[in-house]
Amino acid sequence: MWSENTVSNMNKQIDSNTDRSTNRNTAVIAASLKKRYAREKRFQWYGRLAVLTGFIFLFLLLADIVSKGTPAFTQSFIKLSINLDPEKLGVDANSTENELRQANYAAVIKRSLRKKFPEVSGRKEKRRLYRLISIGAEYKLRDYIVAHPEDIGKRKEFWLRAHSEADSYLKGQVDKNTPEADRRVKDNQVNWLNQLHKEGLTDTRFNTTFFTAGDSREPELAGIKAALFGSFFTLSVTFLLSFPIGVFAAIYLQEFAPRNRLTDLIEININNLAAVPSIVFGLLGLAVFINFFGLPRSAPLVGGIVLALITLPTIIITSRTAIQAVSPSIREAALAIGASKLQTIFHHVLPVAMPGIFTGAIIGMAQALGESAPLLMIGMVAFIMDVPGSIMDSSTVLPIQVYLWADNPEHGFMEKTSAAIMVLLLFLIIMNALAIYLRKRFELK
Amino acid sequence: MQTSTIFLALIILTVISFALGYKRSHAVAAGHGGIKSLHSLPRHYGYMTALWAGLPALLILLLWMGFEQRVLHSLVLASLPESVQSMQESQLGLYYNQIVSFATGNIDSSQLNADQIGAASYFNSLLASGRIIKSALVFVIIVFGAGLAMQRIRPSFRARNNVENIFKWVLFACSFIAVLTTAGIVLSVLFEAVRFFQVIPLTDFLFGLEWSPQMAIRADQVAASGSFGFVPLFVGTMLITLVAMLIAVPVGLMSAIYMSEYATKRFRTISKPMLEILAGVPTVVYGFFAALTVAPFIRNLGESFGLNVSSESALAAGLVMGIMIIPFVMSLSDDIITAVPDAMREASLGLGATMNETIRKVVLPAALPGIIGGILLAVSRAIGETMIVVMAAGLSAKLTINPLEAVTTVTVQIVTLLVGDQEFDSPKTLAAFALGLSLFFVTLLLNVIALYVVRKYREQYE
Repeated sequence: MWSENTVSNMNKQIDSNTDRSTNRNTAVIAASLKKRYAREKRFQWYGRLAVLTGFIFLFLLLADIVSKGTPAFTQSFIKLSINLDPEKLGVDANSTENELRQANYAAVIKRSLRKKFPEVSGRKEKRRLYRLISIGAEYKLRDYIVAHPEDIGKRKEFWLRAHSEADSYLKGQVDKNTPEADRRVKDNQVNWLNQLHKEGLTDTRFNTTFFTAGDSREPELAGIKAALFGSFFTLSVTFLLSFPIGVFAAIYLQEFAPRNRLTDLIEININNLAAVPSIVFGLLGLAVFINFFGLPRSAPLVGGIVLALITLPTIIITSRTAIQAVSPSIREAALAIGASKLQTIFHHVLPVAMPGIFTGAIIGMAQALGESAPLLMIGMVAFIMDVPGSIMDSSTVLPIQVYLWADNPEHGFMEKTSAAIMVLLLFLIIMNALAIYLRKRFELK
Repeated sequence: MQTSTIFLALIILTVISFALGYKRSHAVAAGHGGIKSLHSLPRHYGYMTALWAGLPALLILLLWMGFEQRVLHSLVLASLPESVQSMQESQLGLYYNQIVSFATGNIDSSQLNADQIGAASYFNSLLASGRIIKSALVFVIIVFGAGLAMQRIRPSFRARNNVENIFKWVLFACSFIAVLTTAGIVLSVLFEAVRFFQVIPLTDFLFGLEWSPQMAIRADQVAASGSFGFVPLFVGTMLITLVAMLIAVPVGLMSAIYMSEYATKRFRTISKPMLEILAGVPTVVYGFFAALTVAPFIRNLGESFGLNVSSESALAAGLVMGIMIIPFVMSLSDDIITAVPDAMREASLGLGATMNETIRKVVLPAALPGIIGGILLAVSRAIGETMIVVMAAGLSAKLTINPLEAVTTVTVQIVTLLVGDQEFDSPKTLAAFALGLSLFFVTLLLNVIALYVVRKYREQYE
């Protein structure tokens, strides 16, 4: 039997015990508290540091590309007074257009350079002098003469495209302190360019060629138009295939699919396909579409089909989320007034889900635009000078153009590579901004 | 007729079928007291006619297009003399390509013999008659389908149900494409890989310590061919993946912890999308960055310490790949950390633990399975990544675990083996498919495990 006394005694004992241990604990805790708080601070700083590291990487990447690529949007020109001498050209005003196209334009340009710098002598020096002007200058002269044959025999002034090495010097990218052997632009070329610059015979203009030409062996003549068109055709095929198929598949899985093994199989496959490396899809394209079905290599058609298969999981998954997010009341209202299931979906559910579906489609297209590995497999890695005209022509795409140019050691191409990347990133930014805008509007609803 | 013309004709005829079906339903209804007597709306009868007419024709046309080249190939080869047919497969392929190039007007006759010129004209005549048959077939099917549908149009016919049923099948077919794609990948890769293993024994491939496929250029050189040992590629891939993970996991995980546990909402809404930009940058851009900026930088840095760093070091490729994967690890860990119930945090904080003790001793252990799943997904992505390593890693397979040396990876070898003009049947080309097969299975395995772990984890807290 417990008397009141014993209980109170016991309580006292416990109290004094806890008091003592509390005091000890408090001391221990107080001593460790500083350490623990310091650790807490440190931990937070690790977190900040991690986020900051991410930012620094992002900044370095973008800054590197932009600083390397910006100069590619301008191009140096050199003004030369050229005597369109019929003898040197080998044609006269009465020649046919074909003859005019074959005329020796290099000769008149070279002569005018020699006139400009009469002190140059020796084959090696002369070759260096001629190397100031791009081979594209000949094409420009040719086009001019074909359009104005009456000017043959006259003396005319032309702004001629500078060679990429001269161009890089004129843009101030060459460090004059490096020993002459280590730079492409030699000392005498530097002197000539300085003289031209002093006389006001050099100019830097916006490089339109970069957007209006295909690939070229000469950096100053290379452009991204062919690659842009290739990307356009490829993405068109991708969109036309993956958008309807993806949306239909999402509708089926979300609205019709019975819970059975087949549906499970389909869903597992979609999830797995989303994680299969893209290069494996390239192998599929090579083995099935090119070798089995005999579709043409390097064509946007095959590239588009392969990219469609890659983007399909993205589109299906986002479309399903968008369809699922449509309020059931809309469905029920439509069904209640007698609409069939399909009518409910196509007349009521899809219009509401469309912004979400488009968001997914745009993200999928952005993914396809940046994809390059599978396209290497199916031969879209070719030197393409001409703008492709259809989905069956040989072509390349923007990321692959980047890959091809990046392989070139010349400085001019490195600049062009970065500029092409800037264009690519610009497209991606626009697409993603559009997707974010659509998502925001969708969320408001 | 060109294929595009046939497609256009098909679309026009389908639209016409719609109009006919629509008209027909009106006409039939007129005899039964107006369109009220129809089971479905007139446009459903139109849809039905169009579907019956256009869908089979479209399927036939696609099938035809898919198999046209193959059939032509075997027919033309069958017409060639014995001596040609007994040629080696690779030579035969070249021989046939010349015929096709000549027939389509891409090369002139000077490079061909009489047999080939004859075969080319045969090819062209087959192509021409094929076009006629194709057009006729499509036309007949459309007319037949439309006629059949029109005949069925009666007021009692349930056109809408019919259309919806057909459409359901179309929807199903669309979702079944995912299964077909997987089957296509497995079959195409497996088929070629089996042919590779007929030449190179599986054990040599799996356990060989040397990889130098460059010697086996011609089929008759197989005996003296290079070695196809998978081990150096695997080690190289793993080395680069390891470097990438050493960057991506600490940075990604700590960022996720900071974002989900400490950061203000405003900081999160701004900084999270910014870091996710890293995930949206095309891999070719990372490759360029790795090859032209990071690799030279690391080499110079190593030289200043007296280290001999390769210009294609695994370190450079792995570092840049790690940067690419940061947002991937971050979003996955973020999802998983936020899924840990708040009650657990509150209990720990209520006992007097500091925030970082709560995170390290309560939240992270609870989230660990999910985080490991996320890391496995990231590893699978790093293994399958191609462009960065193609541009920044080496080509020669060296069995080393020194990250300062150049190693090569599975994906690099697939690309090098398949890019450029190659005979399709040489072991060298087939080796790429064997590599593809191993890549597919390794990543598949990682994904299946990872998805299973993540799903199990989610269920635990739902």
